[in-house]
Amino acid sequence: MPLITYREAIRHALAEELQRDANVVVLGEEVAQFNGAYKVTEGLLEKFGPKRIVDTPISEAGFIGMGLGASMLGIRPVMELMFWSFYSVAFDQILNNAANVRYMSGGQINCPIVIRGPANGGTNVGATHSHTPENVLANHPGVKVVVPATPYDAKGLLKSAIRDNDPVFFLENTILYGDKGEVPEAEYLIPLGKAEVKREGTDLTIVTYGRCVIHSLKAAEILEKEHDVSVEIVDLRCIRPLDIDTVLASVAKTNRVLIVEEQKPFASVGSQLAYMIQREAFDHLDAPIHRLATVDAPAIYSPPVETEQLPNPQRIIKAAIEALA
Amino acid sequence: MSKKPSATAEKKADSTAKDAGHGRAPVNASLSREDKIELYRKMVRIRRFEERSLRAYQAGKKIGGFLHLYIGQEAVAVGCCSLMGKDDHVITAYRDHGHAIAVGMDTKPLMAELYGKATGCSKGKGGSMHYFDPSRNYWGGHGIVGGQVPLGTGLAYAIKYKGLKGAAMTFMGDGAVNQGAVHEAYNLAALWQLPVVFVIENNGYSMGTSQERSSAGDLAKRAEGYHMAWGQCDGHDVYEVRATMDKFLRAAREESKPAVVEIRTYRYRGHSVADPDNTYRTRAEIEEYRRTKDPIQVFQDKLTAEGVLDAALIEKIDTEARTEADVSIDFSEASPFPTVDDIQKDVYWEADNPAERKSQGRLFFD
Repeated sequence: MPLITYREAIRHALAEELQRDANVVVLGEEVAQFNGAYKVTEGLLEKFGPKRIVDTPISEAGFIGMGLGASMLGIRPVMELMFWSFYSVAFDQILNNAANVRYMSGGQINCPIVIRGPANGGTNVGATHSHTPENVLANHPGVKVVVPATPYDAKGLLKSAIRDNDPVFFLENTILYGDKGEVPEAEYLIPLGKAEVKREGTDLTIVTYGRCVIHSLKAAEILEKEHDVSVEIVDLRCIRPLDIDTVLASVAKTNRVLIVEEQKPFASVGSQLAYMIQREAFDHLDAPIHRLATVDAPAIYSPPVETEQLPNPQRIIKAAIEALA
Repeated sequence: MSKKPSATAEKKADSTAKDAGHGRAPVNASLSREDKIELYRKMVRIRRFEERSLRAYQAGKKIGGFLHLYIGQEAVAVGCCSLMGKDDHVITAYRDHGHAIAVGMDTKPLMAELYGKATGCSKGKGGSMHYFDPSRNYWGGHGIVGGQVPLGTGLAYAIKYKGLKGAAMTFMGDGAVNQGAVHEAYNLAALWQLPVVFVIENNGYSMGTSQERSSAGDLAKRAEGYHMAWGQCDGHDVYEVRATMDKFLRAAREESKPAVVEIRTYRYRGHSVADPDNTYRTRAEIEEYRRTKDPIQVFQDKLTAEGVLDAALIEKIDTEARTEADVSIDFSEASPFPTVDDIQKDVYWEADNPAERKSQGRLFFD
């Protein structure tokens, strides 16, 4: 299988869906002439032309709302947010309109829109550009939230997202864009809402998603070599819909859980997971559920300190050992 | 509404002088007798429907939440929506009953929606502010001031993308013009020459704050900053509304040109029924408008002068509209409420279409 980057995997998904469906259109800041702020859409303008690949002004509320309106009439816009952090200026369009229109119309209107872009800290860009809003988004019934960790997952999930008839929010990661992984040339889809066990183990389940999957895999190797601990890693891949069954099956096997997330702790995705695990797998737990999250403060700029604010392999190892105590 | 007597007098003189002209505008001159009666009938039906809903709200306590009445503004929605072709679309804010009736929605599900019944146009899930009927190109009914304006721009984007000759009429109130989303939408519409006509229904007050206390400059003229065409007209004369809008709708459909049109109108009731409206305007002001510019009375007078209406027909239309409103109440009273099980329907397309569901995992949580 060819090795391609996470960035290329997303680009390939966009290109394949643009090719497949004339109603798919890519809009966002710098997506066309500039080839994408993070080069995700590089070459798409040349291949598909300016009707399909559209540069927007810096006007998130305007263009996200416009894409949503177009989706009500059957267009399938894939809107790029240069950073998901900018969702706050389009909050009304994203969470009042996209999430609620179907419901308020009694099911008469669908909004088959995808909003995608990076949502992560760790790049020393300060608090305004480092938000991870998957918990905020997933709090709104009506929307779907996807956070892929690998090139293979990113491509298969984005293709499913574009074909989905509900609004899908797709959260990528600038630090993962250059990561390479095996991605088949033949077409494939990954259904939303299907977690994957990224590593099998017997002593501890780490439930995680996004870049923390990569950190957790590194930590698991060290834990195995240096501490003789066998860690199972469940990658959620999708926050809503949520594949809790795969999580519960792993908990039944290992009896201990550590949730790792790049989230501020209060009312995070992990908070919801912990509630569900204790509610549905209480008898399988040999210890309280542990969680490792972002250190609870706005994202710090200082580069070496930001690394310590976020989950990282060393912090995960420490948290895993505590969870096993 | 200007409170300066001289301005009012000027406006009145001006509109009187123009009256004959609007009736002779081609878009109005081509109307048949039946078409004219239908315009009149729709305005009367909107008013009787809303008056009846007000009684149900106040006396009957049958309606929850907010009730933003359109009474006084009927000629705007009826005039604009009467110009719709098959690829024209409409979206508006929360004062949305008039547009719903104007596009042809049945009043029974509209009243039932106010009652929160399962037979409502949005199955009792939207309420007064959230009427929708995509089958009639009516896209709501939106609760957040200005929030629907980017959506309307998106309807226009889809019309253009599909190569259709249509226009998206995007209504907003005078209070919406100061929202950022509105200006972002203006810019996109002008930048990409989208076939959208932004209609500012200027009833003089954004809730309880008058235009002069909330908005700098002329409302529609802001279009100039975006090199967009703009226009203004009085909204109490349905002929004038049609004559003005026809020009901009044609430019949108035929040349994909956006525009902003400010239609000066007036609402007789509070911002919402629950709001007292004696803090920011006088009874005399309301009465003055009602006496001289009521859109139903103005059109009734014109059509009577034209020989289209007579006392018997006026009476008949009014009686039928009252009966229709009563029937909508009976229908609503007799209809069931949605069930608790219905709460989680119409949230996700996939959940409502399980045979076609592709995703897995839990969509709902407890």
